[in-house]
Amino acid sequence: MTVADVPVEPLHRRLGVTDDELQAIRDRLGGRDPNDLELAMFSVMWSEHCSYKSSRALLRTLPTEGAGVVAGPGENAGVISIGDGLAVAFKIESHNHPSAVEPYQGAATGVGGILRDIFTMGARPIAVLDALRFGDPADARTRHLVDGVVRGVGGYGNCVGVPTVGGELVFDPSYAGNPLVNVMAIGLLREGLLTLASAPGPGNLVVLYGSATGRDGIGGASVLASATFTDDDPSKRPSVQVGDPFAEKLLIEASLELIERGLVEGLQDLGAGGITCATSETADRAGTGILVDLDAIPRREPGLEPFEVMISESQERMCAAVRPDQWPAILEVCQRWGLPAAIIGRVTDDGDITVVAGGLDADGRPAEGSREIARIPARALTSDAIVHARVATPPAHRRGAPAPGAPAAVSDRLPERGMDPGAVLLALLGSANLSSRRAVYRQYDSTVGADTVAGPGRGAAVLRVRGTRKALVATTDGNQAVGAIDPWLGAALSVAEATRNVSITGARPLGVTNCLNYGDPTRPDAYWQLSEGVRGLADACRALGLPVTGGNVSLYNESSGGRIAPTPEIGVVGLLDDISTLTEPAFAQTGDTIVLVGDATPGLAGSAYAALAGVTTEDDPPDLDLAREAAVQVFIREAIERGLVASAQDVSGGGLAVALAECAIWGELGATIRLAHVASPAVGLFGESPSRLVVTARPAHAAALVLLARQNGLPVEPIGSVGGDRLVIEATAAAAIGAAEDRGGRVADTLEVPLRDLQHAWEHGLARSLGWEG
Amino acid sequence: MPVRIGVVVFPGSNCDRDTIHALDLAGAEPVVLWHEQASLEGVAAVILPGGFAYGDYLRAGVIARFSPIMRAVAAFAGDGGLVLGICNGFQVLAEAGLVPGALLRNQSLRFAGREVAIAAERVDTAFTHALEVRRPLRMPVAHGEGCYYADEAALDALERARQVIFRYVDATGMDAQPGNPANPNGSLRAIAGVINATGNVAGLMPHPERAAEAILGSEDGMGILRSLVESAARAAGQTSPLEAAAR
Repeated sequence: MTVADVPVEPLHRRLGVTDDELQAIRDRLGGRDPNDLELAMFSVMWSEHCSYKSSRALLRTLPTEGAGVVAGPGENAGVISIGDGLAVAFKIESHNHPSAVEPYQGAATGVGGILRDIFTMGARPIAVLDALRFGDPADARTRHLVDGVVRGVGGYGNCVGVPTVGGELVFDPSYAGNPLVNVMAIGLLREGLLTLASAPGPGNLVVLYGSATGRDGIGGASVLASATFTDDDPSKRPSVQVGDPFAEKLLIEASLELIERGLVEGLQDLGAGGITCATSETADRAGTGILVDLDAIPRREPGLEPFEVMISESQERMCAAVRPDQWPAILEVCQRWGLPAAIIGRVTDDGDITVVAGGLDADGRPAEGSREIARIPARALTSDAIVHARVATPPAHRRGAPAPGAPAAVSDRLPERGMDPGAVLLALLGSANLSSRRAVYRQYDSTVGADTVAGPGRGAAVLRVRGTRKALVATTDGNQAVGAIDPWLGAALSVAEATRNVSITGARPLGVTNCLNYGDPTRPDAYWQLSEGVRGLADACRALGLPVTGGNVSLYNESSGGRIAPTPEIGVVGLLDDISTLTEPAFAQTGDTIVLVGDATPGLAGSAYAALAGVTTEDDPPDLDLAREAAVQVFIREAIERGLVASAQDVSGGGLAVALAECAIWGELGATIRLAHVASPAVGLFGESPSRLVVTARPAHAAALVLLARQNGLPVEPIGSVGGDRLVIEATAAAAIGAAEDRGGRVADTLEVPLRDLQHAWEHGLARSLGWEG
Repeated sequence: MPVRIGVVVFPGSNCDRDTIHALDLAGAEPVVLWHEQASLEGVAAVILPGGFAYGDYLRAGVIARFSPIMRAVAAFAGDGGLVLGICNGFQVLAEAGLVPGALLRNQSLRFAGREVAIAAERVDTAFTHALEVRRPLRMPVAHGEGCYYADEAALDALERARQVIFRYVDATGMDAQPGNPANPNGSLRAIAGVINATGNVAGLMPHPERAAEAILGSEDGMGILRSLVESAARAAGQTSPLEAAAR
């Protein structure tokens, strides 16, 4: 056997196109074989990342209709009217695999890409939230990734002048080889300026402006984002795009000016799939075709192959469909902002994406001597791309969550381990996942724009809307710990918590964007996790009456270390009609009555306490009653509107004890709490059963608050009052259990921790976990 | 008629709109001055806002000083015109030699985005006369290169000439020297802002324009902006908004 005899994989397989897919491509080309350029174009557009070929059927089940929805899924971002002639655009997107390979550029271009989705629609970006997930914080590689990603998010966002106002930072062993970098952006636009990604009007010009096209990001979508990959594979670095935030800043200003002046008929940013994606999507939406003049595309370097030009993911580029008479004004705007601009094609009526080498003539037709080097129906690349029916198989042993109200497990393991509840609380507050995120977010500019009313650190971010009394409230949430046990519940809980975080400020959630991070969809158990996640998302959004206005699917999140826990990252934007009613979670005033709304249901699996105490998944996670969740959120918004609330906090990671401790730390006020009838100290103090709130009220308002909760059918109980310099929680068991039992009967478990100690644990936990401080 | 105050816009400026908004609130008429223009359009004072003027990949402010508008600003300053540089604007002024000292990378080598407290050392300048001496003012910083540096002799000379106008202070109101967590960037002698020898050009790293409304958590920055607006009105021979309001 000689070298020449070594079998070489055919080109389509090397580009990630299966044999079946190649046949489907032939079907869409009238039976002929694609040439190499066409095959390259198909390979990116039919990648999982661009085509949603494994998830499209599932995504159709999501509710997308809702009051005020101006643009929904399929557009670059969701857009919802907020009155006063204004609308909010928002979307979340992943940049997981690039960040695993090259954390700084991966994260930076993740920010750049989602910002383009926002301003492409005519909205000025006003905020970024970044949801980051990594492996063990003590691991050297994790620390390298955290450092690079955080610098990347900051390096890009700080420079373009969009504040980073929130997000998440979560550590879980399942992300060790495959970190998650999900970035959400929010923009504000005047409704009349809404611009769609469409290329209407045969005869119109196709203009490319922004950075020149280079070799970076070749195959980013297909090679990186749509296949399982091994840890830190340096051979894939060339597939990572390189960001230039200064160019992005120029692109924002120039694009918004073009839109404001009515100089574009349609606008699309260039992301995954580059020019191929931008031309085929805009043509398909308008029912037109585009004739691409390959030679006219500005390049960074000579010698680029046609396929490289057509699929390069060079950053900071925009593609506009414009009327010929608009061109001089467009050129003037681009030149003023220092951006190269070129006419790279014509809108046609033949429905095809046609690529010509050798130039076009003055009439926009292929010049004499030119060659047609590719011709593909636009829809074959986009709306008529292949859809795969994947197989979903649930795991052999499925767990059912206990029904609400079921008796608690007798053993909660807290006393068995001889733990002092105060020590547990301090350990949770200082843990990598629950401690203050300040060490990270202080590396971000959270106040540029001068609209940030509440930045990172305390639940939802709040941005005032200038010229109105309104404010936008935004958050991201994802629950992978419960998702690993029950992917339906993990997704539904993520929606419940994200919307609850918005509702407790007094704001009404407007809509949901989501980033679905899952494993290899060709594996039936991974596909089952995805399908259960989508079902949970849909069920929760329907129950809460919220539209899903867009999002992104990231599959193949697997590495040699295994598959990530199913992670549906949920982004929510809410509207507060009157910012003077904005309610914060911090305890407000000594003497205020503390009321607990909702009740503790059994189950500790998936909780921070379970992770700390080593409780295994033999236990169940607490269940979620979506009708109860909806009632809780309606109640708190009404209570705030009626002026009954001094502070409002939800119970989530770390349970009631951590929720109370946070209220105390942020308000710099202690509290004395008495919990009667606690079935189990661990469940009562650290269980994470959802749909619960810690609400405080002036004593004069407490009765009305309790009455309102009862009228909404909610369990409610005054549990103590604000004041002092320590957090005291006395948990009285209804029956003799745990440590109380050991001590012989009905005795209270008491937790008493000075405020100072709570603050210290919470403030330094993250930096210590990451080795940033001793 | 409100006094006209220029806000220079470089392509990478990102605090220009915030500054314009705050000037509006302070009773001035903001005038946008594009970086390629050579005229200041007769404004009574100029603000260089924050941002990343030309991307600042090399070093903050290093290219901006060669722009047409900066030649005009330098000439204006040379004639005694009032110029305030905020954050990147301060970096540009330092690079251009219009204020003393240099802004180095933060001691932590990380971007610093947080609230700080600064105190005015002098309240007899065009930029600080509406402030109280040493009263802590809360406002955000957001920069990667804000560590104020000059050699010891130069620092001594600055102190003697009373050219330090703002210092970072801690919770007790004491100067936050390098190493004190209240000093966000390691600035020598806690210096947050300086003024030139003739008293008409000043720069500071914190952002007063982001602390000009109660809804944003602090109005402490307004005193600095009001001082400038008042001084500019006087320089332009106009009635200041405060005096007008007093009548």
